[in-house]
Amino acid sequence: MQTELAPSLTDNVAPLDAGAHVTAAAWLGDTVAFALGDGAVVLAKDGATHRVAAHPDGAILAAAGDGERLVTGGDDGRVAVTGRDGSTRELAATGGAWIDALALHQGGGIAWSAGKNVTARDDKGREKTYQAPSSVRGLAFAPKGYRLAMSHYNGATLWFPNLDAKPEPLEWKGSHLDVTWSPDARFLVTSMQENSLHGWRLQPDKGHMRMSGYPAKTRSWSWSHDGHWLATSGADAAIVWPFESKEGPMGKAPRECGARPAKVTRVAFHPKAYALAIGYEDGMILLVRLTDASELLVRRTAPGSGVTALAWDGAGQRLAFGAADGQAGVLRLPG
Amino acid sequence: MPEKIPVTVLTGYLGAGKTTLLNRILTEPHGKRYAVIVNEFGEIGIDNDLVVGADEEVFEMNNGCICCTVRGDLIRIMDGLMKRKGKFDAIIVETTGLADPAPVAQTFFVDQDVSDAAKLDAVVTVADAKWLTDRLKDAPEAKNQIAFADVIILNKIDLVSADELEAVEERIRAINPYARIHRAKNCQVPIAEVLNRNAFDLDRIIELAPDFLEEGHHHHHDEDMQSVSVRHPGAVDPDKFMPWISDLTQREGPNILRCKGIVAFPGEPKRFVFQGVHMILDGDLQGTWKDGETRQSRVVFIGRNLDEDAIRAGFLSTAA
Repeated sequence: MQTELAPSLTDNVAPLDAGAHVTAAAWLGDTVAFALGDGAVVLAKDGATHRVAAHPDGAILAAAGDGERLVTGGDDGRVAVTGRDGSTRELAATGGAWIDALALHQGGGIAWSAGKNVTARDDKGREKTYQAPSSVRGLAFAPKGYRLAMSHYNGATLWFPNLDAKPEPLEWKGSHLDVTWSPDARFLVTSMQENSLHGWRLQPDKGHMRMSGYPAKTRSWSWSHDGHWLATSGADAAIVWPFESKEGPMGKAPRECGARPAKVTRVAFHPKAYALAIGYEDGMILLVRLTDASELLVRRTAPGSGVTALAWDGAGQRLAFGAADGQAGVLRLPG
Repeated sequence: MPEKIPVTVLTGYLGAGKTTLLNRILTEPHGKRYAVIVNEFGEIGIDNDLVVGADEEVFEMNNGCICCTVRGDLIRIMDGLMKRKGKFDAIIVETTGLADPAPVAQTFFVDQDVSDAAKLDAVVTVADAKWLTDRLKDAPEAKNQIAFADVIILNKIDLVSADELEAVEERIRAINPYARIHRAKNCQVPIAEVLNRNAFDLDRIIELAPDFLEEGHHHHHDEDMQSVSVRHPGAVDPDKFMPWISDLTQREGPNILRCKGIVAFPGEPKRFVFQGVHMILDGDLQGTWKDGETRQSRVVFIGRNLDEDAIRAGFLSTAA
């Protein structure tokens, strides 16, 4: 990255009106897909946009992309798969229960939850179901192996959908929201109702990690490309926890990046460099380099347009963003 | 600040007529669009575009407050509904007949994301005029729902005699003298009496002040649920009052369902107004005392097994 080129990158942003609350953004090759609160998926490539009615009667509540397809879950109780060519099809339907969480497996599997009921569908289309002890708020596949983490009230559960083994409970009192694995699979981290993160050191000892002090809930996080750092939202700066050592972040202070008098709502690490895209509740987006804390402006504040989605493309050349009022855009890095 | 979406909580024991009232609200020509949250998905005939199934998952907050329970499913549903912002004007939450209204109400105070987006308008309880007296004897949930209510629809009055109606209203008043009671057949009440009540707004508590208890009018005490109202004909000392109310609600929070109050502080031109649900207190300086108006202080508690003498003595000891 050549951050010395300009203090502001706003001239490099191609704005786009997605038309409704942007639930998520994901890159499908050179096409960016925005999943929206009006049930549509907007595909954008080279300035041209195409609107796909993925959930004609609903809102998209959860979405995940794997580079080829965007999988969306809606309050219409449907799971839909949209390709970069604009084709869309229904993968599953619950009969009305909201799809609360979605996760994709790098081997082609998909998992979704509706209330307590979790379904995992592998790359061959074999579906397995599991009923959690309480509603599942977050899902994440392990980096290796076909294993799913599910977060819920009073902890998380690790499940091998295609094995008979009993799911393994990880207990911690309270309501757990989202869940993520560290890229080396040594740590599992959840965000919690009480404005904190909880972590389990899966190897060697199932030790607990508590990361607290947030003024708001953490609803967005991102691992650095090497897995050494976990950037999180929920404070007036991106809080970046060190996960390089075996102990994880315990006993270490987190880094704070992009401190501003506004709450961070989304974070996204650059896929190749120590640079973090930070979106705020007031609409601003900054790009911050971890090594020297230098900042670049991507988007100015915009009232009512809090940032709700950030996504880098695979090469780290383009950053897509979306906001609560349907405004969106794509930054192309210079050079 | 964007306008917060008003939320009406609809409670009532099994068979009292909640769904009838809900459908009445939805079919009135009010031009408003509602998001309706019901406990079982696909429940009989709710005529609305946006109906959300909830599972009434009540859980404790890890904040050291034992009675601080919230509805986890509501937090999740509100998060989802906010993605459809602008598609509806208000939210109605219908609880099951056996539900305690407190976790629902507390969700709107405890969860920051929810309270940023929405505000509790009122708890509306539908009561069956014929069966309520019996239910108050054998169903603690029914009593909670009456005690918690801002508005009570005393329904099915055509099934009881005038004397029976008086008696059941007395029973309600003994538990909750502050709710507005509307007698109705088939839940036929003006919708304006049910919606947009602003019952939890602090500035609304001032408006309610005139009928905010004529002290001592209600002698028919319920066995275990009662209201305690104390008046001091002057100001209270904030350095004594604030610790007292805070300590009382922390200690007695599990027993106190609702509390409200308007008090005068010496030299303070505005009234201090507060309201609370169990341990959660919300208070602020609101509205200036008028010239010539008696600066007096009043507090009201509705709860179970409240020690009236101790509350009275405690409050009066904070007098300035």
